[in-house]
Amino acid sequence: MTRETFSQERPLQPETKTIIVGASSGIGAALLQALVLRGHRVAALARRYEVLEASCDEANERAGSRRAVAYEHDVTDFASVPALFEQISRELGGLDLIVYVAGAQPDVGPHEYSIEKDEEMVKVNLLGAMAWLNQAACRFSEVGRGHIVGVSSISGDRGRSAFPGYHASKGGLSIYLESLRNRLSRRGVTVTTIKPGFVDTRLLANAAKTFWVISPEEAAQQIVAAIEARRQTVYVPGRWRWVSLVIQLLPSFLFRRLSV
Amino acid sequence: MTSMTKQPAAGGNGQQRLNQSPSAYQRESGVRQERVSPWGGASDSTSYVFRPSTLEGLRDVFAYARRSGLTAGFRGGGNSYGDAALNDENILIDFRRMNRILDWDPASGTIRVEPGVTLQQLWQYVIEDGWWPPVVTGTMKITMGGGLAMNVHGKNAWKMGPIGEHTLDFELMLPDGEVIHCSREENADVFHAAIGGFGMLGAFTAITLQMKRVYSGLLSVEAAASPNLAAMMAYFEQHLDESDYLVGWIDAFPGGEHLGRGQVHRAVYLGPGEDPAPEVTLTLANQQIPDTIIGIVPKIWLPPLMRPFYNNAGWRLVCHAKFLSSLVKEGYDGVQYQQPHAHFHFLLDAIPFKNAYGPAGIIQYQVFVPADTAEGTLTTLLEMGHEHHMPNYLSVLKRHRPDPFLMTHGLDGYSLAMDFHLNEGNRARMRQLAREMDQVVLDAGGRFYFAKDSTLRPDVVRAYLGPETITRFRTLKEQCDPEGLLETNLWRRLFA
Repeated sequence: MTRETFSQERPLQPETKTIIVGASSGIGAALLQALVLRGHRVAALARRYEVLEASCDEANERAGSRRAVAYEHDVTDFASVPALFEQISRELGGLDLIVYVAGAQPDVGPHEYSIEKDEEMVKVNLLGAMAWLNQAACRFSEVGRGHIVGVSSISGDRGRSAFPGYHASKGGLSIYLESLRNRLSRRGVTVTTIKPGFVDTRLLANAAKTFWVISPEEAAQQIVAAIEARRQTVYVPGRWRWVSLVIQLLPSFLFRRLSV
Repeated sequence: MTSMTKQPAAGGNGQQRLNQSPSAYQRESGVRQERVSPWGGASDSTSYVFRPSTLEGLRDVFAYARRSGLTAGFRGGGNSYGDAALNDENILIDFRRMNRILDWDPASGTIRVEPGVTLQQLWQYVIEDGWWPPVVTGTMKITMGGGLAMNVHGKNAWKMGPIGEHTLDFELMLPDGEVIHCSREENADVFHAAIGGFGMLGAFTAITLQMKRVYSGLLSVEAAASPNLAAMMAYFEQHLDESDYLVGWIDAFPGGEHLGRGQVHRAVYLGPGEDPAPEVTLTLANQQIPDTIIGIVPKIWLPPLMRPFYNNAGWRLVCHAKFLSSLVKEGYDGVQYQQPHAHFHFLLDAIPFKNAYGPAGIIQYQVFVPADTAEGTLTTLLEMGHEHHMPNYLSVLKRHRPDPFLMTHGLDGYSLAMDFHLNEGNRARMRQLAREMDQVVLDAGGRFYFAKDSTLRPDVVRAYLGPETITRFRTLKEQCDPEGLLETNLWRRLFA
């Protein structure tokens, strides 16, 4: 397969080499545009290759050089990750940053308990992240530098009644990222946990009451700022931090009676 | 100094292990991805670094590269300023464990070394027998394999040419594992292309070099201030015949009538009988580079002391002070003194510039321009630095001559090596300046040097080497490396 790859990097024009897993829609797609504009060279991954490629073309056109390349990938295909990770690192010419944005949130009714839906969420939201970020963790820890970013959710901070499987998968992701941070920060690697509130994406379609909704582009801008500042845990937008704090401090006898 | 450990090659042995993907292989064999930087520190890169210590080990690495679909690049002392010893995400073969001296004949002065032997090992091995390497670089940390691949020169380039001219023969391992013998008689085309071929034809595995007889551990040195570029070049031309070494330092900050002012150093070997006690001056102890600067300041203090001055205003001040001190101490007429060889040559080791550069590092831009128009060309280049607000922090002028090597940088003329300090804000300006300077050099019929380069583009290289030379080099590469296993970042940037 002959496929257009990245334009030649110049020593005087170093580019941050970035992988975005889940870049075809929502926050991932907005991040792709934002990071390419910031001068990153981006390997963009998603299942829907045509959509993704169009998005890369758009980014490249705006940047004026071939900085984004699309890779077709299903994050639940864990076995293919190590080889693909290596191929991409080679084609990028290195790796400085990996952002895992892929997420699934199927509609789950208030009385529904579906192992199929739970399995999908755990696979996409948590196990896929582990498959990719384990590779990155191994590499970054060896070379003593790198930045791992996981897009979790404020939903992972507490087990609310709404979507047990979703909360569990995002809660698992947040804990996993924290563990990575505790393992890797002493080795020169930064791990950033992004916890968005309501962002106007496909995932929001199934949420009941929404407020403080921001666009994926606004979310992406805030995430880029968090990446550049090498922050550790960031709520998007920032005011969710205080909401989350209150929710986390609620004692269970109150929390289980409230419909939050 | 590099250790003499004879560890088994990183390439390992079991063939079945070589079929695995790099990460699986590296976990099993203990070979890891490593971050490597060029000497100037202006970028960095990650590679699978292998450190073979034997021919078998080297063969294993080539075999592994072939099976895993990776390319292999070579690295010696890592003193190239740009991307000549980098190979992003692929294999980098570090030769520093192939560092044995294979044979030394103190009667004829011929020495046979493995490629990882450093210049430091070399001169320290031969000096007490009354010999000195005919060509030495400004740092002794280079390996001889790397030096030959880049065909390095010294402060006597107009007289002795590059190191290739003192190479009697070498063994070259091709990527298929075959070792061929190359000299001016045998495989002469490969001999003249692999020297200066930046590691793209094969790996030197044994190199025979001719040393130069010296009758003293001291050089007779003359230092003099120089009011401008024209005066400095006149000094060079006037002293070419009677000197063994000539080098000029230029303060690149002032313009106008002071443009190109600086200091020249000229050295001459002592003849037989001129040194009353050669057995003393030729000892290693006498050549020891001091740990202090001006006798009192410990060398390790220097980077933090230099840091605050490492900006345009500060460095202008430092250069000004250096020039005035030369003017007061030596004047335009110069003063003479004697100095051990190592002190005279290895300035880059004596002063730890490198640690003062800051996180963005430096690049060096070195040009080689024909002698008859050199003054005008170099004046233009120095003025361009001022116009772009990119004064260079260290300019070094040297005299050169043509040589018979295919990809050579040598010509009958002058070279000016300019160190540009990078920071986050000036990379784009540097790129623009380099592009404009490329054109000036090409128009003057000048050349460039891969050991220093970070800025050239394929069309510039085609223009100065000529399509015929490039075709000949490519043909030889296809013969020696038909699979295209050997690559570096520099190769991909300029030739791929």
